[in-house]
Amino acid sequence: MSETAPRVGLFVTCLVDMFRPSVGFAAVKLLEAAGCTVEAPRAQSCCGQPAYNSGDQHDTRTLAAQVIATFEPYDYLVVPSGSCAAMIREHYPALLADNPELAARAEALAAKTYELVSFLTDVRGMTGVEAAFEGRVTYHDSCSGLRELGIYDQPRTLLATVRGLRLEELPDADVCCGFGGTFCVKYPEISDTMVTSKAEVVEQTGAGTLLAGDLGCLMNVAGKLRRRGSNVRVRHVAEVLAGMTDEPAIGEGEKNGGD
Amino acid sequence: MSAGRDTIMGGLRRALKRGAEAADAAAQEAVDQRLSDTRRGLVPARAQIPPRAQVDLFESMAVEQAATVARIASLDEVPAALADFLKGNNLAPKLRLAPSPELENLPWDGQPLLEVETGRAQDSDQVSLTGAVAGIAETGTLLLASGPEAPTTLNFLPENHVVVLKASQVVGAYEDGWDRLRESHGPDQLPRVVNFITGPSRTADIEQTIQLGAHGPRRLHVLLVEDTDPENGR
Amino acid sequence: MEPSPRAFKANAREAVQDPQLKRALAHVKVGFIGKRAKAAARLPEFEALRDAARDIKAHTLDHLDLYLERYEERVIAQGGQVHWCPSAEDARAAVLNICRRVGAKTVTKGKSMISEEIDLNQHLEANGIIPVETDLGEYIIQLRHERPSHIIAPAVHLTKDLIEADFRAQHSHLPPERSLDEPRELVEEARGILRERFLAADVGITGANFLVAETGSSIIVTNEGNGDLTQTLPKVHIVVASLEKVVPTLEDAATILRVLARSATGQEFSTYTTVSTGPKRPEDLDGPEEYHVILLDNGRSEMLAGPFREALRCIRCGACMNHCPVYHAIGGHAYGWVYPGPIGAVLTPALIGVEEAGHLPNASTFCGRCEAVCPVRIPLPKMMRHWREREFERHLTPRAVRAGLGLWAFLASRPALYHLLTGWAARLLALLAGREGRLRSLPLAGGWTRVRDLPAPQGRTFHALWAERQRRAGK
Repeated sequence: MSETAPRVGLFVTCLVDMFRPSVGFAAVKLLEAAGCTVEAPRAQSCCGQPAYNSGDQHDTRTLAAQVIATFEPYDYLVVPSGSCAAMIREHYPALLADNPELAARAEALAAKTYELVSFLTDVRGMTGVEAAFEGRVTYHDSCSGLRELGIYDQPRTLLATVRGLRLEELPDADVCCGFGGTFCVKYPEISDTMVTSKAEVVEQTGAGTLLAGDLGCLMNVAGKLRRRGSNVRVRHVAEVLAGMTDEPAIGEGEKNGGD
Repeated sequence: MSAGRDTIMGGLRRALKRGAEAADAAAQEAVDQRLSDTRRGLVPARAQIPPRAQVDLFESMAVEQAATVARIASLDEVPAALADFLKGNNLAPKLRLAPSPELENLPWDGQPLLEVETGRAQDSDQVSLTGAVAGIAETGTLLLASGPEAPTTLNFLPENHVVVLKASQVVGAYEDGWDRLRESHGPDQLPRVVNFITGPSRTADIEQTIQLGAHGPRRLHVLLVEDTDPENGR
Repeated sequence: MEPSPRAFKANAREAVQDPQLKRALAHVKVGFIGKRAKAAARLPEFEALRDAARDIKAHTLDHLDLYLERYEERVIAQGGQVHWCPSAEDARAAVLNICRRVGAKTVTKGKSMISEEIDLNQHLEANGIIPVETDLGEYIIQLRHERPSHIIAPAVHLTKDLIEADFRAQHSHLPPERSLDEPRELVEEARGILRERFLAADVGITGANFLVAETGSSIIVTNEGNGDLTQTLPKVHIVVASLEKVVPTLEDAATILRVLARSATGQEFSTYTTVSTGPKRPEDLDGPEEYHVILLDNGRSEMLAGPFREALRCIRCGACMNHCPVYHAIGGHAYGWVYPGPIGAVLTPALIGVEEAGHLPNASTFCGRCEAVCPVRIPLPKMMRHWREREFERHLTPRAVRAGLGLWAFLASRPALYHLLTGWAARLLALLAGREGRLRSLPLAGGWTRVRDLPAPQGRTFHALWAERQRRAGK
């Protein structure tokens, strides 16, 4: 077996890039701890999901072509988001099936694309992390990660090894938080009903921190919790697993400080 | 043939891209094959148990669905068992009996106070007694079929439906029921109505709470006749 | 009743503010979901049976013309009649003709979504014939002049108090002190009234969960027994069913029945699964003298031709809507027509047009719960996305959305420009949020900030920071 470290291309995601780079750096730290070399190629922006889910196949193909060209040189494409990973892994091949130039390349890239946490456990065989985090934590299963990629055990396995962390299972963890990309602004009242339900259940767990693997969900729920004046802090699971929780939580500023 | 039929079939054939002779012939062949092949699909393991176990499973599943089951040693005990049922539920001693010789010839004389009338059900009937074609152990389901000896109204009009089921009639799966009907009625044919009945009538339409006796019977009582050898179930 | 999916947004807004509806829908979430999970867990073969059910329906659809031919042959051989109805209007006319010919005054009805689809009740009433819904839930909403809000539990949007109030208002013979406080009493009341109707009806109309090609039979699945009284007592039995209800053999029906009740209500099997084949035989003592099947197309053959064929596998269990968080938030009426929930979002545009029903496939987060529980594995989110593609191609998508997507794609495919602009945006928003770390309001983002705060960016983009890190490391 080759001993050279696998070369991972980190797909940062548009939300992490613009709103919360610390998630990207947490991902880098975890990937390096798992024995990979990590690059974040600059020729990346968006996986095309907003266009895809709005029925705009043309623009989606344009962006998909860019992602394929940028990432196919790597051994793996790893992304700290279930929905972006599912887009590339599950949807690119179907979307490009009738494109002679891209079809095979899309299949090839899909086969080596992984969401971050499942990459660490399923591919790199990680069974634990060297991190500490005091407190009660609850976990929301983002829909794409759960249903399209089967991610459920992996984050829980790793969180169980974080020193001082107590995981409270979130009732209805598998119920959608109401983000859904453009859905939350196209149908705000329905989205609000859904995110309110989610916020209520989160608060009822008594946990001090909410984690998940998708920044869209996290920003949605964090925004609701802040509006409700709740004390629950919201972070991306990568931050806790990497032991990088000095930055303020999502939606919190210097005023409230980090952990 | 009607214009409506032509329109619809035309639409379907276009949708399915019919018109290539070889492909069409192959499709017809596949359909003919499928229709004459009464092979079962996936039958749950639950149904594939020895006959004795099937009888026990039938009883426990039926009771789970709010039927009541009384085991009796022979058909001759039916009239007395029925009288017990009436007494136990404070019902008047009147019965509408299915016009089946097997049931009519039972020792009803042993119940002199019981008014027994045969035929289809009338709305005023409170209690009916019928036979069955089979009992499906898989879900505690009775299989009844309409016929001159089994008018369907007996299964639905009265508030209390009592069914005489022999242990030898108990089978594992629904498919066993179809086989029995094919034996008695011939291939491709069924009686006017076949009823699969699992417990008494119910509704959950009001705030999702179950109420028994919505339109059909409020009580379903099975008299299970032990006509098989307890050792081997035959 | 006029369809109103165009008013979806307003309907939804109203629905989420309705406390009575919220109380009623809480039962859906708790009841149906838990029960289905339990039933699925109890049967080890459940997942394999879902695959088998999907395959049976897919095979049948691939040969639908041939199976329908064979089905018709068998119905006629057993003494029944088949009426092929391309449109809803044809179906209404066919039913009315039969009713008129036999001089029908009242008609009892078992639950049938097809009869809702073709607006049958209204048509009969307009022609002097009284239709009486006998499924308790349907009876209740008939009193309220409402549509069903769920395909198997039509009155799921009502609480007990509302039902009691309707009963009192409509059953004028009721003495005021007669108690209707408990569900038990409401059911008793309905049973008494409807028993009279069953006995008086001239014609009985049911739907069909399945049509069996092998024997020319129709199968209905109920818990109340109303479908059976509807089809056994009157002189005429009319089955109204759409084309795709056909399955090849009785064995196929058994396979699909194993997943139907478990997916719908969590029952092992429905109380009454009834297989009807033709009118009464000469030697039968009861049963209808005439048996008619109204076969409705109304858009199905078109669906068969396109990317929505898989939705024709639907066996009308209701699991998708039982598990849908959007349905939980707004209930069934907000969808504005006959079929609510995820299946409604796919079927409605196909049957009444995407211009009319465009909101329905858009009001979804694609969470995928529907597909995860569909007994015949219909890829519902994919179908909804196909509708969005259709809308986009036909420029039905709002102009602002098209423009926004076009702009986003323009920028995103030019990474250098993209990084520049996102860098500015990140700094600007971080500045506006100040030390709070969030924005309570933001121009152009009212849809978001009206109900939640917008977490602020950390201030620099990942790519800017990464580039710095690379420079420092001398790479």
